[in-house]
Amino acid sequence: MTTSPPAPKLPVSLAANPKLSSWVNFIGEGGVAISPGKVEIGQGIVTALAQIAADELDVQISRIEMIRASTAMSPNEGVTSGSLSIQQSGRALRHACAEVRQRFLTAASERLGVEVSLLDVDDGTISGPGNVRTSYWELAGEVSLDHDATAGAAARSIAKRSVAGHSVHRVDIPDKVFARPRFIHDCPLPDLLHGRVLRPDISGAELIALDETAASAVPGLVAIVRDGGFSGVVADSEAAAEAALKALRKGATWSTGESLPDEDDLAGFLKSQPVETTVVETRTAAMTRKHAQTLRRQYTRPYIAHASIAPSCAMARWDGDGVHVWTHSQGVYLLRADLAIVLKMPADNIVGEHMEGAGCYGHNAADDVALDAVLLAKAAGGRPVRVQWSRHDEMSHAPFGAAMAIEIEADLDADNEIVGWRHAIWSNGHAARPGRAAQPALLAATEIANPYPRMISTNPPAANGGGGDRNSVPLYDLPAWTITSHRLLTMPVRTSALRTLGAQGNVFAIESLLDEIAVLRGEEPIAFRLRHLGDERAKDVIRAAARRAAWKPKKQAGVGHGVGFARYKNTGAYCAAIAEIEGTDDIRVKRLTLAVDVGEAINPDGVINQIEGGAIQATSWVLKERVRFDRTRITSTSWTDYPILTFSEVPAVDVEIIQRPEIEPVGAGEAAHGPVTAAIANAVYDCLGVRMRDLPITRDRIIAAAELAS
Amino acid sequence: MPTIQFQLNGTATAVETDPDQPLLDVLRGRLVVTGPHFGCGAGECGACHVMVGDRAITSCDMPMWSVADKDVVTVEGLGTAERPHPLQRAFISEQAMQCGYCVPGILISAAALLKRNPFPTEAEVRAALDRNLCRCGSHNRMVRAVLRAAAEMAAS
Repeated sequence: MTTSPPAPKLPVSLAANPKLSSWVNFIGEGGVAISPGKVEIGQGIVTALAQIAADELDVQISRIEMIRASTAMSPNEGVTSGSLSIQQSGRALRHACAEVRQRFLTAASERLGVEVSLLDVDDGTISGPGNVRTSYWELAGEVSLDHDATAGAAARSIAKRSVAGHSVHRVDIPDKVFARPRFIHDCPLPDLLHGRVLRPDISGAELIALDETAASAVPGLVAIVRDGGFSGVVADSEAAAEAALKALRKGATWSTGESLPDEDDLAGFLKSQPVETTVVETRTAAMTRKHAQTLRRQYTRPYIAHASIAPSCAMARWDGDGVHVWTHSQGVYLLRADLAIVLKMPADNIVGEHMEGAGCYGHNAADDVALDAVLLAKAAGGRPVRVQWSRHDEMSHAPFGAAMAIEIEADLDADNEIVGWRHAIWSNGHAARPGRAAQPALLAATEIANPYPRMISTNPPAANGGGGDRNSVPLYDLPAWTITSHRLLTMPVRTSALRTLGAQGNVFAIESLLDEIAVLRGEEPIAFRLRHLGDERAKDVIRAAARRAAWKPKKQAGVGHGVGFARYKNTGAYCAAIAEIEGTDDIRVKRLTLAVDVGEAINPDGVINQIEGGAIQATSWVLKERVRFDRTRITSTSWTDYPILTFSEVPAVDVEIIQRPEIEPVGAGEAAHGPVTAAIANAVYDCLGVRMRDLPITRDRIIAAAELAS
Repeated sequence: MPTIQFQLNGTATAVETDPDQPLLDVLRGRLVVTGPHFGCGAGECGACHVMVGDRAITSCDMPMWSVADKDVVTVEGLGTAERPHPLQRAFISEQAMQCGYCVPGILISAAALLKRNPFPTEAEVRAALDRNLCRCGSHNRMVRAVLRAAAEMAAS
């Protein structure tokens, strides 16, 4: 009996959307339209994908036009999240473009009478011996791309890539510098009307009664919309819509709402709720060593807001029984699926078209505002309606990153070597995204007549990196461990996916405790980490960061250094961070030095930009950020109440990439947050001698911890 | 309603408007000048910055009456792809953004700074941009771009 080798497999996105023409088309005299299912959310993905396509097709990148995702025509690649776009869309495009090139070479061979192996492509021109030539565009009429991809096409060798692996300039930046409309907020649709939605300040309050008299008298008002507890206005200008909303608010009567947890005892709240408990992983020691003591430590992080600079925005226009939606959602097909449930109509009657919004760091209000626009546009007589949330709504009604309490017990032997490790997480789920369930995840769906229940957030499966448990399994070689995740079954504060999901909290906890144990042993913390790591790529980023930061600089009063490391999701990018801080009770992060390994870095400067941005955002989370609330409402609804890091507070950030062109690329957008968080906390210890286990690390908390320690 | 006159990017402009109407509403809603962005509506984020004289001001909470007869410059007035302002060129060279939504306001703050102080130190650039928020973490690139533009302007 013989076994044939396993058939080569298509990249996952291409297997789901196999038709080549859904990804690649030659247009006009020398253009290439590339149509990924992933979307630009400020991370530079469309440029990296254009680079991959340019290489595989062998065309100048300037010939490529990147098509914005739309349910009318784009491949369905689900959601742009989880640092997966390079892995998923990039691989699919590399494969699809390689096959397209192959098909054109075959057609050129027939036309020119030259063997394929003798043909060469240069910027779309196909030539062979004897000065024979044709081009993609000449052949486009006779080469149909309405074929399904096959598994056989081989991508070009690394040596032949001339665009991928280089820091080409991003394709979207000139528009943004010269203020050419690119953001959904700036899109001048003809006949555009403006909508605003009435929402309560009191958490969970429902609209009981509405006096529309005052709002009805506002000049420019087109319609007042009411559907159960959902209400809003449509007007002929933004100013009129704002004025009408203000008047409508005065006429609203709300129910009492639902009480919120005690913000000053998040751990107490998280640990007292009904939960679903999952054992994430256990490892049993081959040989038990006697343990002499157990360190038990608790770490917390607060709810964190997405806090994009732009409030969420969408436009919708009804045409008969169909609706067109312009959205900065991370997943146009997933949004469409939820809209179809709420509207009780076939998904085919809905077109979701992506337009860029401000930087997106996870499941923000983009999808919510899309439903708002769709509902308000029903009253607009076929005119498009643009809805933009207020800063207040953005900071109070959009989902937050979930608060976490993490408890680790480390069993140590007489030499303070780790012999056992128990890591337990209490947190709401980290995802309640649209398009995944039988019920919609959109805010207005919980407000309309016959409302849907508010979706309680869940955690993605371990195969997708998990949620609250993301990065909870140490990459370190410890002899035994039990990792447990307790997901809350109540959700008084709305949570969903925020950059890294649970990884920031888990890496903070693991790396803080490892640091503490290294100190206890009197062992140098980097040497301690390296001793427990078998993975050479992991060791390489730690060593690179250490070298670059001249680890460990001589101890000076008022200055501290700390290190943190993780491999994002334990399957993605490797990142090590070293923080240099200064301070007494108010600390300042002076410098972050990072080393990162994403495999093949398609656009090295793009990777550096993502790592720098992640490092700075993480610094902001660590030093400043915490969603504030009292027992009735979210109170951090402005930049004054929810401050983020300012230009003068931003540390210097120095990034080294370990380029590995032979290894499949992974995303960089979420790699830095966990390591930077831990590095800062460990630097605070180095500087001040206090272990900060609750985020954010503020002046008040440092003083309190110092008093407790003295 | 009264007519308010002002210079917008070098062009005489007259708008019949409620004098208390914020400048940003008029720019975006009436004049379709969409470079200045709405971010918070409370003058806290700087996305809506425009330049009046040599000062960057928040247009979202600036009533129209206060800009009567003034010279208002938005990012559209700084330069174009054909004739870019050194700051615009420098932001491209430094790839100084991620999402770019805050960039029009930051370019204006930087342009106003360079008018007041053509040779700023890094700390002065940071201080001048402290009223502009960036959520993506592109601050250091932007600071480098401003210093680069300043050097270029000084050399020319």
